Amino acid sequence: MKTMADVKTNKLTLVQAVTDGLRTMMKEHDDVLVLGEDVGKNGGVFRATDGLVDEFGEDRIVDTPLAEAGIIGTSIGLAINGFRPVAEMQFLGFIYPAYEQIMTHASRIRTRTMSRFNVPMVIRAPYGAGIRAPEIHSDSVEALFTHMPGIKVVVPSNPYDAKGLLIASIEDPDPVLFMEPMRSYRSIKSDVPEEKYTVELGKGAKVTEGDDVTVIAWGNMVAVAQKAVEKIEKEQGVSCELLDLRTLYPLDKDIIAESVMKTGRAVIVHEAPSTGGVGNDVLSIINDNAFLYLRAPVEKVAGFDTPIPFFSLEEDYLPTPDRVLKSIENVVTF
Amino acid sequence: MEKEFPIKQIIDGNGNLIDSTFGSEITEELLKELYTKMLRARTLDRKSANLQRQGRIGTYAPFEGQEAAQVGSASALEKGDWMFPTYRDHAATLTFGHSLSTILLYWKGRVEGCVPPEGKNIFPPAVPIATQLPHATGAALAEKRKGSDRVSIAYFGDGATSEGDFHEGLNFASVFKAPVVFFNQNNGYAISVPIEKQMNSKTIAQKSVSYDIDGVRVDGNDVFAVYFETKKAIEKARKGEGPTLIEAVTWRYGAHTTADDPTKYRDQELSAEKRKLTDPLLRIERYMEKQGVWEEGWKAQVQKQCEEEIEKAVVEMEAYPEADVNDIFDHVFEEPTWTIKQQKEAFLSMKRGETV
Ligand SMILES: Cc1ncc(C[n+]2csc(CCOP(=O)(O)OP(=O)(O)O)c2C)c(N)n1
Repeated sequence: MKTMADVKTNKLTLVQAVTDGLRTMMKEHDDVLVLGEDVGKNGGVFRATDGLVDEFGEDRIVDTPLAEAGIIGTSIGLAINGFRPVAEMQFLGFIYPAYEQIMTHASRIRTRTMSRFNVPMVIRAPYGAGIRAPEIHSDSVEALFTHMPGIKVVVPSNPYDAKGLLIASIEDPDPVLFMEPMRSYRSIKSDVPEEKYTVELGKGAKVTEGDDVTVIAWGNMVAVAQKAVEKIEKEQGVSCELLDLRTLYPLDKDIIAESVMKTGRAVIVHEAPSTGGVGNDVLSIINDNAFLYLRAPVEKVAGFDTPIPFFSLEEDYLPTPDRVLKSIENVVTF
Repeated sequence: MEKEFPIKQIIDGNGNLIDSTFGSEITEELLKELYTKMLRARTLDRKSANLQRQGRIGTYAPFEGQEAAQVGSASALEKGDWMFPTYRDHAATLTFGHSLSTILLYWKGRVEGCVPPEGKNIFPPAVPIATQLPHATGAALAEKRKGSDRVSIAYFGDGATSEGDFHEGLNFASVFKAPVVFFNQNNGYAISVPIEKQMNSKTIAQKSVSYDIDGVRVDGNDVFAVYFETKKAIEKARKGEGPTLIEAVTWRYGAHTTADDPTKYRDQELSAEKRKLTDPLLRIERYMEKQGVWEEGWKAQVQKQCEEEIEKAVVEMEAYPEADVNDIFDHVFEEPTWTIKQQKEAFLSMKRGETV
């Protein structure tokens, strides 16, 4: 058996881990191809496809015309006919023209054809506020897609998961929206195995073990929650269990339920608007599975029901470690 | 199709008058006016790129090279008309009535940068590509229904012609005979994607054929060709004779935005070389020299005036009152919903340090 010591690793950022995941799958499978705006020579505006066109050629790393509905619609056609397209949306905030293609076709072709056709495609999209981008670039609208029957929604928060989850997404026989947290693209480097590996879809992870409160986050908010958790542990001795959900559809019911049954308290953190957000689905899982274990009402720290403001105010919009900390205090002292 | 849509020019790259149709209309006054507007826009553009490098504003989208296309077309509008710009069309919005400091505020991440002065129909810059075209059609239709002779102009790039909204906007305008001018700046690239990879058609103007509307191709670096062709299209629209698609063939010398590195996908030396024949300001200087109305002293004076004006705008932008957190909540609905009210109260009390 291989031990971790035998596995060759590289220190990569999250965005480099995405590139690595794409490269790994493209090397192994001729049917994997990448489509999107500026993904070729330019290597993507975030460099997520950097160098891939030199390695795999323009037939497999395809610069498309500027048309999201076209990118997704064409990818659907490729996917039902033998290919595994990975479509890049330049920003999640520009996915809206393609929404119809995803909602009315990608997500329900399997149903409509009783599994005669399926759509093994991945849509990659950088998302989230906090990088001082111009307006619309910072949307985090995961709930539009978790509400869409027939598509999985995945959000890594670190380089290791990014590669493993991306590979699992490309291998998945159904459509996956793979959201990449822009603010975390280059903020951390960690060891990423050179070889192929997967992180199972639908499974959350424990970032820290704890006894008093369960803090639940994903994507960019994992780092924010982690700061709050570390601070309150150090300063007030509150022991927190931090969960990184990693997949938002389907949610990892077991990890949420087990943790909340143990701690009896929960704080959910997301940057998307509060109303209709994925936090409400987490709440419903807690309600169904751990209601009698709760020692305080569950708190939600979320974005506001407002468009994400221009960058001069975006730090006010975004949940901060302080806001998370306050909610942890609230549930602990209830 | 390139033959059917030849590039119209009035003054060539060397400053020669090659089409005298509008000869008498090219007065010294108009020359100086258009030149001054272009110089003002260029000065703003260069200043903005500098401010971004110094971290005093955020990411910025430069338009150097496109001054003639924007200034020429916007100068053909009249008060009360409607303008639907993109994030790159500051020369156009400046010409049509935005203040310098408003434009700077936009790039400082301030929503105030979207708000035009009272009475100026300038829509906020379209950030999603091509979405403003149907708006221009709609606003133009509204004017038509109201019985006015106001028109709309929509600005967009070559990449925008690939989006569905481009086609829907044109088709609606055609079906309803909306008084709208679709003004395309074909600057050769949509970020890194050159026009040959964006479309298989040789021109953008020819796309008018499928909607049975007028289409013209102009030299977008020739401010007079742009000005007079746009004027024609606007007058036609005012008379109720329908929309026009104008393709202004131009070039952006620099990066797509300050976050972009053009050397990854394009030879910047060739781009610099291209400037010698295409620079819209140089062209007017050469023309004026040939006409014997050029004075270096005049240029220096205009340049100085533009710089002073922009310095003042920078001071204004930097002295602007700090962004107000209330603005996050107060402009979502006329009457805030209970969710927003509750979120606002909780947030403000937390900011004040109260316990929630
Ligand atoms: C719907 C949408 N998709 C992608 C983007 C990202 N993006 C911003 S500008 C741009 C290129 C636009 O090219 P073009 O229309 O030619 O205008 P230019 O910027 O050259 O003036 C892209 C792809 C966007 N803003 N909106």
